[in-house]
Amino acid sequence: MNNNSNFSKGFKDGVPIGLGYLSVAFTFGIMAVRGGLSVVQAVLISMTNVTSAGQLAGLELMISAAPLFEMALTQLVINLRYALMSLSLSQKMDASMTVPRRMFFAFCNTDEVFAVASGQPGTVGISYLTGLMTAPYFGWALGTLLGAAAGSLLPELILNALGVAIYGMFIAIIIPPAKKSRSVRAAVILAALLACVMRYTPYLRNISGGFAVILCAVPVSAFCAKMFPIREEGDEQ
Amino acid sequence: MSWSVFLPQLAVMAIVTYLIRMLPLALFRKKISSRFVRSFLYYVPYAVLSAMTLPSMLYSAGSIPSAAAALIVALALAWREKSLLTVAVVASAAALITQVIVQLF
Repeated sequence: MNNNSNFSKGFKDGVPIGLGYLSVAFTFGIMAVRGGLSVVQAVLISMTNVTSAGQLAGLELMISAAPLFEMALTQLVINLRYALMSLSLSQKMDASMTVPRRMFFAFCNTDEVFAVASGQPGTVGISYLTGLMTAPYFGWALGTLLGAAAGSLLPELILNALGVAIYGMFIAIIIPPAKKSRSVRAAVILAALLACVMRYTPYLRNISGGFAVILCAVPVSAFCAKMFPIREEGDEQ
Repeated sequence: MSWSVFLPQLAVMAIVTYLIRMLPLALFRKKISSRFVRSFLYYVPYAVLSAMTLPSMLYSAGSIPSAAAALIVALALAWREKSLLTVAVVASAAALITQVIVQLF
């Protein structure tokens, strides 16, 4: 495949993510303005961070004028899962991904971009990844702008329903491979069970969402790697 | 919010988030040879996304019945390998319809 068709394939794969982000960022925009930020400030946060959970937590800290080290620590804990994702993707990139290009792509390596890139057969390169990140990045910024500027116009009923969109997308990413591969199915089920245990157990449930995800994903992935090691190039059966 | 409060907070937030994402990508450029580590990294996306979805999704729609309806619809459509957009949109519609029904009764 040449570079152009790779870019447009990536772009098409990114459109559903971008649409999903519109709704999630919309909610963020509303919350930011309610918390006392201007429309421009809300959009600036989205354009420089591109992360849902981290931005929500960061917004609360900004509003309460928390110390900067608390902001740094919170972002580190909530967003540490991205290090795991970046590490996983680092193994899937082809030779076109030089260090500057990796540094460029890293800016927009969100949960969903990561998930779709991981789901591609074989390796991924700069054209595909640039295409893939385009719609999510601008969807995230535009959604924030719309939410911040006009959020109060939309009924709460619609906003609530849009809240499930991003999870619907996650499910659409993990279920087809889980259907085909027993070991992926094991990883999916075990991780969900562990996440429920952490959510409903006293003390454990106080752990921040982003960090809880790491505490679920690391043992489950290690267990599956031990029990069902992959054969070659990630093509596990 | 005044810019003098906002900008330092924004800078810390953005820089920490970026470094977390960028460093592993920039530092790990060679193929990891350990079969265990490669297997581990292969399972990470599935485990991460699954742990992010359940049980959090149940609290994402304003009420548990509407979120549960969306979850069931999403699982059924994903099982039939529908596109990401279809699953996301139909799941949202299921949440909306369920919420309307719940409020009627």
